[in-house]
Amino acid sequence: MSEPILTIENLSKIYAPKRTIFGRTAEVHALKDVSLSVMKGESFGLVGESGSGKTTLTRSVLHLETPTAGRILFEGQDLAHLSPAELRRLRARVQIVFQDPYASLNPRMSVRDIVTEPMVVHQDTLRLSRKQQDDRAAELLSLVGLGPQHLARYPHEFSGGQRQRICIARALASGPDLLLLDEPTSALDVSVQAQVLNLLCDLQDRLGLTYFFISHDLSVVRYLCNRVALIYRGEIVEEGESDQIFDAPESGYARMLIGAMPQVKVRCDAV
Amino acid sequence: MVQPLLSIRNLHLTMTSFDGEAYVLNGIDLDVRRGEIWGLVGESGCGKSLTGLSVSRLVPEPPARYGEGEILFEGRDILKLPMREVQALRGKHIGMIFQDPTTNLNPAYRIGVQLVDVALAAASHDASVLDCPAGAGRRERRRAARRLAGEMLDRVGIPNAAERLDNYPHEFSGGMRQRVLIAMALIGRPDLLIADEPTTALDVSVQAQILKLLKGTVSDHDIGVILITHNLGVVAETCSHVAVMYAGNIVESGPVAEVIESAAHPYTKALMAAVPTKESKRGSLKGLGGTVPNLIAPPPGCRFAPRCPLAIDACRQALPPAINVRQDHQAACIRLTEAQVLADV
Repeated sequence: MSEPILTIENLSKIYAPKRTIFGRTAEVHALKDVSLSVMKGESFGLVGESGSGKTTLTRSVLHLETPTAGRILFEGQDLAHLSPAELRRLRARVQIVFQDPYASLNPRMSVRDIVTEPMVVHQDTLRLSRKQQDDRAAELLSLVGLGPQHLARYPHEFSGGQRQRICIARALASGPDLLLLDEPTSALDVSVQAQVLNLLCDLQDRLGLTYFFISHDLSVVRYLCNRVALIYRGEIVEEGESDQIFDAPESGYARMLIGAMPQVKVRCDAV
Repeated sequence: MVQPLLSIRNLHLTMTSFDGEAYVLNGIDLDVRRGEIWGLVGESGCGKSLTGLSVSRLVPEPPARYGEGEILFEGRDILKLPMREVQALRGKHIGMIFQDPTTNLNPAYRIGVQLVDVALAAASHDASVLDCPAGAGRRERRRAARRLAGEMLDRVGIPNAAERLDNYPHEFSGGMRQRVLIAMALIGRPDLLIADEPTTALDVSVQAQILKLLKGTVSDHDIGVILITHNLGVVAETCSHVAVMYAGNIVESGPVAEVIESAAHPYTKALMAAVPTKESKRGSLKGLGGTVPNLIAPPPGCRFAPRCPLAIDACRQALPPAINVRQDHQAACIRLTEAQVLADV
């Protein structure tokens, strides 16, 4: 494994108390002193239950949230010290695929517009002509298993799995090195989930991408990721090689979580 | 042989849409006995929720229209009962739990009030639910209902149940709200419980607790359960029997151990191959090619044929009948013997 592409150092995020009509809300410690590093070319899985801070961490990596304390380094550059223009250029290299493929595509935009939009936004980094953009859009669609005939269609004409493929094509449009995958398969059926997971494996082998994979589905994480971190109430409780964590979990929380994972095999006591 | 609690016979359901009639359920056969937990699994849109909703007649007609078939609950055909009697069955004899615990509780009422309402409604059909003397006044019945509500909450594992009755739904976590819904479904002592994806919105650790609670309820009260889910792991750990659905048909059914360990139908096999397990190596998962068929113009014959690796011409001619693979284990596939041979290779 080579050098880290993403380093998170002692990251904390506290949401300040808010005043609402019901009085003041409590201070929320969403992340407490989180440190992680993701190596170039690996698949890093982040597992946690709802409310554990997974999404806050993802949003911080994209610099959509300002951390209360700590640093986030992308290839050694501190995100907090970048100018807006530099940040925009950096975002061409960090892209995200969201959980719900039904909600994350604009129903009024054709697939061509959806897939070329990142190229328009990152025009100053990519410098593609209109023609090149269209060519690249067609190329991306065939990369994710769709075809140029789908360019003129609209999101409602696609199934859930196909929509998620469009989301992946869009995320790849600006030529990223790091892809954040926020539960990309939890809204899909198992048969379709298998196709999307295989596509992700295939793309990683072909394009040398780095994945930061967020999920609460442990079996999916085990399948795709080589390193895993478990997050509980904003703290990393365990981190390591995925085989080691799944076969010999050290912390009590990890043991509980892995024990609660439903297995598709009949256990002796169930018969 | 005891008469099954619920017996669905050759149920057909169509839905009217702008594009024409959609053949949503296409001859469902299912028997549920007391003490059994039946898992209904399948991809989205295969009709598993509609099967569950049909049992309590919660599918709006129109657009839905029942064709042939019957749903016998303790020998009475639910589809032919007048609505007033169906209403009496709901809550008292047939309890339901839905997927999303946040939208199925009224945020404006205290938990206790919502539970008491259900208990009183059930008691209006069967006074023994409340366990109070005949001719008791309204106030007394209310007090008894509240006591029962407290007991039920306690039984589903909510600490300080009696005090929590005065809380509002927003003061409960997702898992606790789902427990409240289970308590609500059980308060009228139903004979049959239909749980439509009860744990899909929950974390695995909470899911494990809820499923354990569900299993405990079945052995304590000797009721029948239909558990609708798309998670094969949940089925393997919870259910005693499983029915695999595809595009409005049950393609395979039987005891859970049999179906999971020696799946016969190619669709069941494909579903199992798509679930990542401990042993599956990176890139080795098998997705299922193609898409779920259009139910407005379903393919003739076996509806799985267009995606089936073993399909032959005969598959596209007529709907395959269910064949006994082993005792109680049935699969609807004419290529069954060959499919099994191929699996053994």
